[in-house]
Amino acid sequence: MLDLIGISSQALFGQLLLGLINGSFYALLSLGLAVIFGMLNIVNFAHGALYMTGAFCAWFMLNGLGINYWFALVLAPLVVGAFGVLIDRLMLQRLAGLDHLYGLLLTFGLALIIQGLFQNQFGSSGLPYAIPPQLTGGQHLGFMFLPNYRAWVIVFSLVVCLATWFAIEKTRLGAYLRAATENPAMVRAFGINVPLMVTLTYGFGVALAALAGVLAAPINQVRPQMGADFIIVVFAVVVIGGMGSIMGSIVTGFMLGLIEGLTKVFYPEASNTVVFVIMAIVLLIKPNGLFGRAT
Amino acid sequence: MKSTMARLALISAAALVAGAALAQDKSVKLGNLNDMSSLYADVGGPGSTIAAQLAIEDSGLVAKGWKIDVVGGDHQNKPDVGSNITRQWYDVDNVDVILDTPNSGVALAVNQITKDKNKVFLNSGAASSDLTGKACTPNTVHWTYDTYALANTTGKAIVKNGGDSWYFLTADYAFGHALERDTEAVVLANGGKVNGKVRHPLNTADFSSFLLQAQSSKAKVIGLANAGGDTTNAIKQASEFGITSGGQKLAALLLFSSDVHALGLNVAQGLTFTESFYWDQNDATRAFSKRFQARNKNGQPPTMVQAGTYAAVLHYLKAMEALGANPRDGAKVVAKMKEMPTDDPLFGKGSIRADGRKIHPVYLFEVKKPSESKYAFDYYKQVAMVPADEAFRPLAQSECPLVKK
Repeated sequence: MLDLIGISSQALFGQLLLGLINGSFYALLSLGLAVIFGMLNIVNFAHGALYMTGAFCAWFMLNGLGINYWFALVLAPLVVGAFGVLIDRLMLQRLAGLDHLYGLLLTFGLALIIQGLFQNQFGSSGLPYAIPPQLTGGQHLGFMFLPNYRAWVIVFSLVVCLATWFAIEKTRLGAYLRAATENPAMVRAFGINVPLMVTLTYGFGVALAALAGVLAAPINQVRPQMGADFIIVVFAVVVIGGMGSIMGSIVTGFMLGLIEGLTKVFYPEASNTVVFVIMAIVLLIKPNGLFGRAT
Repeated sequence: MKSTMARLALISAAALVAGAALAQDKSVKLGNLNDMSSLYADVGGPGSTIAAQLAIEDSGLVAKGWKIDVVGGDHQNKPDVGSNITRQWYDVDNVDVILDTPNSGVALAVNQITKDKNKVFLNSGAASSDLTGKACTPNTVHWTYDTYALANTTGKAIVKNGGDSWYFLTADYAFGHALERDTEAVVLANGGKVNGKVRHPLNTADFSSFLLQAQSSKAKVIGLANAGGDTTNAIKQASEFGITSGGQKLAALLLFSSDVHALGLNVAQGLTFTESFYWDQNDATRAFSKRFQARNKNGQPPTMVQAGTYAAVLHYLKAMEALGANPRDGAKVVAKMKEMPTDDPLFGKGSIRADGRKIHPVYLFEVKKPSESKYAFDYYKQVAMVPADEAFRPLAQSECPLVKK
């Protein structure tokens, strides 16, 4: 049947798998955005720049300090997350209670500054980051050759996404967080340090972005624009999934990866725009997104 | 009688004043219209401004009383943005000449506006051979390379070495289409065939899907009709997906030294491709590169695009000097540039043809193995040299209306 539409089922499976790989990046990044928006009500436009910073952090750790990929996978998110905490404490907290627009403009400005600094230092074409030796090579799956590294990306990001979802939706800490978003004064009355919790949440969301950056470093060039190119698509993913919905962003991330993968086979010219077409349709039919709650 | 004398005196005085004003018009303004921040910024970008400044210094015109300025602008790879800057520069800022302008889509737009406003366009970075083909104008000089030369050199060499079936990965805009078209013609003319092609959007991060399609086409050669960040991502991911180790060969139809630097020799080694300039060719290119690197923020040597910007500006200023003053007439300056033989330290002796094509030898290079690289940026070895008169499209085949047949 599939042969009728000019593509063998083997090729189709391959493309679906590749779509899932891209989807795992969308999921990781949109998850961070969803966490930050859900808890802090901030549209974090610096997310792409922080993702890029994570990749550069890994590059610098490898080439400057001799720290390998596996340690960078832990350390780079911590470093960038700490930077996120600093951003929140020094800047974002001053905007608490103001309109969304202020946070958006501030983070957008930050993104431009961070990108500009990296570009000034490293140029635009980027730096090479090798795949860790344990994950080079790949498997012949019959329908395609799957590099080990890509398989690792899917599995690892799925685990991280589900763990995050579990922590926020199913644990006591997550319950505090959700309660603090609904009614911060009430939660404070129970003796919980809400500002600290909010700061750490931002730091965590940023760390997720940096983690995605480290994961992406061996696949793409480590270059200053890598986040800017990506972040717009990721925002579309968040809008489609529903702002602030944790599971929504994960599912939508993987789903849009698949759809984009299919577009690359059937009509490659549209592969950059298909996500936005879907966004427009979803906004027309369900303005709160597929998984969003009506407000 | 008296009044006639007075009138004559007045007229001659006026002519003198006008003549003096004309002779004093020794100011020139150059505009480097470029991708300043995205995938082509290291190929041309701010580096082309540096190249232009070096050319101004080497021309020696400032010491002779000329006032020469360079401004820069970011076209963001969008023809509409590029057109707006071009109009602003020509209409408001008195820019005389636009330099470099990688991205064929933007370049074709600038090409047309430059003709309408009778200014000068010295293109180095764009590839489309249409700039000196059907879109040629008396105001444009295309300096460094074009899709015809790339196809004719890399394409021919690969087909002759047995790479006779091709699959194209093409950037979906004017440049990619031109490069694919010109290469396909060379492949077919040399007895090869094309198994298929896929067109990807400009500035794509993930090529795995397209590479998989290329892989299943069973073509011996995957021709990358793209440039800059697109090419480096495609090459890197082709090696990840075992495409090159599976026996298929990658043909980077356009590769710059900045791309090789970004890829690292481990991934880039063995690629063959065409350029008209390499920083380490001779003493003159090395001396220029040293000066260039000292000013370049990321410390890299010049790419062929930046070298072309230097040489084009140098020749343009020579023509200006020969004219004695800025005539504010683009076609006249370009006609002078075509009339004078070119000679510069980077491309050697050459000439500009009637269609605006600058001709010089082009080279087939191969990227060295990591073990062969002895010092910083020691990346290429020369495989072949194609003489100037064979490298570019023969005038007899030209669609350019300026060429008399």
